Amino acid sequence: MNDRLATLPAADQIDEKLPTLTLGRATPDGHNHPVPDPSSGALPSPPSASRLRRIGAALGWALVGFASLVALWQLGAARVPALPSPSETFTKLQELLGEPFYSRGPNDKGIALRMGASLQRVFYGFGLAMVVGVPLGFAIGASKRAWQVFNPLIQVLRPVSPLAWFPIWLVIFEDAGRAAVWVIFITSLWPTVLNTAAGAAAIPSDQRAVARVFRFGRVAYLRHVLVPNTLPAIVTGMRVSMGIAWMVIVAVEMLASGGGTGIGSYVWEQYNALNLAAMVAAIVLIGVTGYLLDLIFLRLGRVVAIEEPVA
Amino acid sequence: MALIVDGIWKTFPHRSHTQTVLRGVDMEVQPGELVALIGHSGCGKSTLLKAIGGLLPTDGGTITLDDVLIDGAGPDRAMVFQSYSLLPRLSLLNNVRFAVRAARPAWGTAVADAAAERYLTAVGLWEHKDKRPAHVSGGMQQRTAVARAFAVEPRALLLDEPFGALDALTRARLQTQLIDLWQSESDTEIVVMVTHGIDEAILLSDRIVVMGNAPGPSIVDVIPVDLPRPRDRVSVLDDPHFREVQARLLDLLMRDDPSEDEAA
Repeated sequence: MNDRLATLPAADQIDEKLPTLTLGRATPDGHNHPVPDPSSGALPSPPSASRLRRIGAALGWALVGFASLVALWQLGAARVPALPSPSETFTKLQELLGEPFYSRGPNDKGIALRMGASLQRVFYGFGLAMVVGVPLGFAIGASKRAWQVFNPLIQVLRPVSPLAWFPIWLVIFEDAGRAAVWVIFITSLWPTVLNTAAGAAAIPSDQRAVARVFRFGRVAYLRHVLVPNTLPAIVTGMRVSMGIAWMVIVAVEMLASGGGTGIGSYVWEQYNALNLAAMVAAIVLIGVTGYLLDLIFLRLGRVVAIEEPVA
Repeated sequence: MALIVDGIWKTFPHRSHTQTVLRGVDMEVQPGELVALIGHSGCGKSTLLKAIGGLLPTDGGTITLDDVLIDGAGPDRAMVFQSYSLLPRLSLLNNVRFAVRAARPAWGTAVADAAAERYLTAVGLWEHKDKRPAHVSGGMQQRTAVARAFAVEPRALLLDEPFGALDALTRARLQTQLIDLWQSESDTEIVVMVTHGIDEAILLSDRIVVMGNAPGPSIVDVIPVDLPRPRDRVSVLDDPHFREVQARLLDLLMRDDPSEDEAA
C-alpha cells in the first residue's frame, strides 16, 4: 500500500470549503475572474502550446532549485554521519505516507493524524482570531477613538513572541492542547487586526463621499463600501496570520512535548528517539503543508481583489 | 429659490502655517443656470464645491439651497467626482439603483428602479447595465456616475472636474450628453461644475467664476457667457464672444499663475 496521494484529499477539501465559508456574499453577482494559476493545474481554457511550454520551463527551473538543495544536503550528510541522507529520508517519507492513518494508542499515530491534530489547533485558533480580529479591525480603522484605545495596546503586545503566551494559557487551561490553540489565536490576532484596520482606514474618500451624498444606511455602507474595499486587506491579514500560525504551532508543540499529538511533538519525539530520518521527513511534510495553506489564501486574495478599472 | 453662498471661509491647518483656502466667498446660482468654477490648483474651487455638497465643514458663512441651510451631504445636491467613484462590486445598473433606493427611500423600490432605468438608458448604457465598472471604459463609468447623480432628481448637480480624466473625444461626447440631460431630461436646474478647461467652461456654462490664490480675494472675477443655447461645439469657436471670454479668462489665469512667481 503505497498511496502517496493519501494526504492530499484533506488539503483539497480545505481548498474547496474555505472560500465558500469565508466569502459568502463577497461576490454577489458571481463575476469571478480567477487569474490562471499555473501551479494549480485548474486552467479555465484549454492550455495553448506556448502556455504549456511556459509551465514546463517554470517547473524545470524549480526542479533545478530543489536538486541543488538535495545535492548540498547529500554533501552535508556525507560529512556529518548522524544526519540522514536524502535517500534515507525519502524512503522514510514513503513509509510514513504509506500508512498515514494508523493509530496504536494515544502516542503512536500515523503522520496524517499528527498533522491533522496540528491543523485542527491552527484552524481553531485562527478562526477565533478572525471572529475577534476582523470586527476589532473594522472598529479601529473606522473610529479614531477605537484607534486611540487599541493601537498602543497592540503595539506593545505585538512584539511579544506568541510562545511567551504559552505558559499563561497553560496556567489558565491546564491543558497543552488548548493552550496551543490560544497561542495560535494570539499569533493570528495582530496581523488580522492591523491589516483589517489599515484596509478600513484606506477606503477612498470619494467612495465615502458617495455614501454620504446618497445617504447610504449602515447596512448599505457596510455591504457596498466598507466590506468590499476592506476584503483584500483582510485576506492579506489572514494569509500573513496563517503563515506565522503554521510556524508557531510546530514550535508550541515542540515546547509542549511529552504526550503531545501534533506534528511539532512528532518532530521532537523522533529527535529524542534518534530517529532522524523520520524527523526530517516530517519537516518536509510541514513545509509542503504550509505551502498548500498559503496557496489557499493566495487564491482567496485573487477572488476578493478589486479589479482595477480600465482607464 | 436659488443656491446662495454667503461669506464662506475655510482654513486648513498645516504644521507650519494655516492655509486660508476660501476667503469670504459670495456666490449665487439661479435656477436654470450652469456655473463653472475655474482657477489654478489650490485656489479652493474643489473645496468650495465640497462645502456646497455638505462634505466639508466650513469656518464661517452660510450656504443655502432654496432657503434651506446646508448642513451635511444629501441627494438634493448630487455629486459627480473625477474618479467616477462607482462601487466596484456592483453592476452599472445596481450602482445607480442602490444609490437611488438609498437616497430616496420615500419613492419605493419600483419608482427608484424606474428612475435608474430611465437615466441609465438616457446616457446610452442600458445594454451594458449588467457589466461591472472594471469591465467598461472610463467614459462609460463616468456616464454611469452622471446617470446616478441625475436619477435621484437633485435640485443641484455638483460636478468636480467630471471629464478631467477622459480623452478629448469622450470628453466632448459627455459634455453634450450632460447638457442634454440637464436641459431636457431632468428637473435639475442648478449645476455647479469645477473645471480646469477654459474652453469647456465657456462651452457649457452661463457664468464662469474665476478663483485665485491667496493672498488675493477668492473670487477674482465672474464672467457671463452670453452664447445662445444649444451651442454647437465647432461653430462656437468662431464666435467673437467666445474669443473675447477666452482671452479674458486666459489673461486672468496667466496673471494668477502661482508657478510663474516661483520661476521669477
